[in-house]
Amino acid sequence: MGNRCAVIGVGQTRYQTKRRDVSIAGLVREAALRALEDAGLTFKDIDAVVIGKAPDLFEGVMMPEAYLADALGAAGKPMTRVHTAGSVGGSTALVGASLIQGGVHDRVLVVAFEKQSESNATWALSTHLPFSASLVVGAGGYFAPHIREYMRRSGAPDHIGTLVAVKDRQNALKNPYAHLKIPGINRQMVESTPMLWEPIRYLETCPSSDGACAMVLASEDKVTGTPAWVHGTAMRSEPMARADRDTVSPQAGKDCAADVYRQAGITDPRREIDVAEVYVPFSWYEPMWLENLGFAAEGEGWKVTEAGSTALDGDIPWNASGGVLSSNPIGASGLIRFAEAAQQVRGMAGEHQVDGARTALGHAYGGGAQFFAMWIVGAHKP
Amino acid sequence: MREVAVIAFAQTRHTDHDEGLIDFELIHPVIQEVKERTGLSRFGFTCSGSCDYLAGAPFSFVSALDSLGAWPPISESHVEMDAAWALYEAWVRLQHGDVDSALVYGFGKTSMGDLREIMTLQLDPYYLAPLGLDQVSFAALQANAYGAGRAELDEIVRRSRADGRSNPHALDLDDPAGDEFEVAPLRPYDVAPITDGAAAIVLAAGDLARELAERPAWIMGIAHRIEPHYLGMRDLRRSPSTEAAGRAAGVGKGPVDVAELHAQFSHEELILREALELPAGTVVNPSGGALAANPVMATGLIRIGEAASRILDGGAGRTVAHATSGPCLQHNLVTVLEA
Repeated sequence: MGNRCAVIGVGQTRYQTKRRDVSIAGLVREAALRALEDAGLTFKDIDAVVIGKAPDLFEGVMMPEAYLADALGAAGKPMTRVHTAGSVGGSTALVGASLIQGGVHDRVLVVAFEKQSESNATWALSTHLPFSASLVVGAGGYFAPHIREYMRRSGAPDHIGTLVAVKDRQNALKNPYAHLKIPGINRQMVESTPMLWEPIRYLETCPSSDGACAMVLASEDKVTGTPAWVHGTAMRSEPMARADRDTVSPQAGKDCAADVYRQAGITDPRREIDVAEVYVPFSWYEPMWLENLGFAAEGEGWKVTEAGSTALDGDIPWNASGGVLSSNPIGASGLIRFAEAAQQVRGMAGEHQVDGARTALGHAYGGGAQFFAMWIVGAHKP
Repeated sequence: MREVAVIAFAQTRHTDHDEGLIDFELIHPVIQEVKERTGLSRFGFTCSGSCDYLAGAPFSFVSALDSLGAWPPISESHVEMDAAWALYEAWVRLQHGDVDSALVYGFGKTSMGDLREIMTLQLDPYYLAPLGLDQVSFAALQANAYGAGRAELDEIVRRSRADGRSNPHALDLDDPAGDEFEVAPLRPYDVAPITDGAAAIVLAAGDLARELAERPAWIMGIAHRIEPHYLGMRDLRRSPSTEAAGRAAGVGKGPVDVAELHAQFSHEELILREALELPAGTVVNPSGGALAANPVMATGLIRIGEAASRILDGGAGRTVAHATSGPCLQHNLVTVLEA
C-alpha cells in the first residue's frame, strides 16, 4: 500500500434538504475551509485536489470540477474528478490517499458533495438508454427485492429494519451535522410511515440532502495535529450483468473487506474493529452488510442488530454518526463514512464518540451493489 | 518514481456516425485486443474515463464494466474525465509497488446528442451556462485572443486531415474548403469532428514491462494542472497550465521526436506548441490528432496511445502526449515517453 498516509483535517457542512444560502461552489468551499482549519492549513499548503460526486445529472452540471476549481483553490494544481456511483465518496478518499501512498504528493484535499435540491435524484437515476429500459424507479425500487430475498434466506423477522431506522436516528440526535433529527423516534413512528417499496417504509430510507464533506490527507512527514492513520485501502467492482452474481451478499464486497482487513492485520472484524461507518441507505442493509463484511456469520446479521450490538453502547457500534439513513448528500455519503471513521479514532467525534475507539472501518458501496470502497483507519501509526 | 511503461494500445476504427453500438459493444473489442497483445487477462488495477452526459444517462461506465469480464471482482475506479486522467490515476496506483499492471480505457459517442449544447453544461451553472455560451463560441474567443492567422490554421487542418486519411482509425475528411464561419474566426473545419470511439492502454511496471513488450514506452514524466474556470481570470493567448505540466513532466529535458496534442480546435495546436516549447523538428499529430477523430473522453488517452505507439513500433525515441479538459484548455495533462 505504499507510503504512510494520515487524515489530518476533516470538514463537514450541516446536511439539510435545501441549502438555499449557498451555491454549489459555496457548499464545497465551506467543507474544504473547515477541513483546512482543522488541519491548521490554508489552500496554499495543498498539493492537489480530488473531488467526487455521484452522477452529474443530479445537479445538471457536467464535469463540475472545471467550475469548482476556483472555489477549491485548485488553480495551478492537479485536480481529479472521481465517479464510481454510490461508492464515489469512499473512492474519492482512496484516490486522494493513493497520491500520498504513491509518493506523488504530501498534502491532498479531498472533497465530495451533492446538492440534491438542484435536481431530482430519483428521476435522474431512472433515465436509461432506449435499449436498456429499466423496470424500476430510483434506488429503492432496485434494492427492495434484494432486501426481500435477504429476509427469505435468513428468516429474519419483519421488525429488524425498523430497529436500524430507530437506532441510526437516535445517533443522529447526537451529531450536529446530521440532516434528520427526529426527537422521540421509536418503532411505532417508523411503522406508521407509508410503505414506499415493500418492505421499505418511508422512515427506513435515507433522506435527500444537500451537503459536502472534505478531508486533508498528509504524508508521514507532513502530519500535524491529531492524525488518523490509514491502515488499509481497497476497491472492488463486479459486473452488473453476471448471471450467477449474488446481489444480496456480493463477492466484490467480501473481497474488498478481505483485502482491507489483510492490510490492516485484522482477522476478527467484530472484535478488532471498534466502530464502523457503513453505507446503509435502506435500514435492512445493516444486517446484510454485517454478514457481507464478516461481522456476523451468514444468516446471523439480523441477530446482531436485534441484540443491540450495533447501537452506540453496543460492542460494535455501527454508524454512530447516524449514517446515510440520517444524512445523504449522495456523492458525499461515502466520504462522510470515511471521515466519521477518522474522527472516531482521532477522538474528535463529539457527542457520538465511541469511547476508546482505536480502529475504525469506513465503507461505501454503489451501482447495483457492485462497487465497493473501504478503508481502515487507526489511532496508531501502522 | 517507479518505472512504468505503456506496453499496449488499441483503439476502434472511429466513426462519424452512430453505428448502433452500445458502450459495451464499442469497448469490448479494444479490451480484447490489448489483452491478447499482452497475454494478460487480469490486471492489478483498472481505471476508465467517460461522461454520463454524452450517453444522456447516469452511470454510463457501469455497463462498460461488463465488457471487462470483471470476475472475480477487480480493483477498479473511474474518472468522469478524459481517460488520460484515468491513466494518470493508474500510474499513481502503480507507484505503490504492490501491483505491476493496469488496464485503462475510455469511450465516447458524441453522435448521440448535440455536443456543442452538452458542453455548455460544463460551465458555471449560475453565471455562465444560462447565457447559452457554447463550446465553439468559447473556442472562438480564444482564437481571437490569440490572433491566429488564417493561412496557419488552414495548414494545420490540411495536415491533420491528410494524416487522418492515412490513419486507419481516424475519419476520412476532405481537405479544408469554404469561407463560411462556424463562429468567427473559426471555420467549420477548425472544429474537431463528431466521432464515436473507444481506446484502451495497458501499463506495466519494471520487469513485467520488459518481459511483455520488446520496446516499452516508458513514462518518464506525467503531470497535470488546472486553471481558473472563468475566462476573465485567464490570459487566453497562453496555456499556463500546459506550461507548468510540461515543466513538471520534463518535456524540455530532451529532444521531442513526436508530439500528440489534444487540440480540438486548430488554433489550440499553436497555443500548445508554444506552451510546451516544442523544438522546430518535432512532428506534431502524425495520427491526425483530434481534428481527424475526436471520440470525446477517449481523445486524450488516444494521444498517449499514439505517442507511445511511435516508440513501441521503433519509429521514435522520445515523444510527448498532451490531453485537455474544460473550456478553452482549462485543464491539461502532459506525458513524456521514452524508449
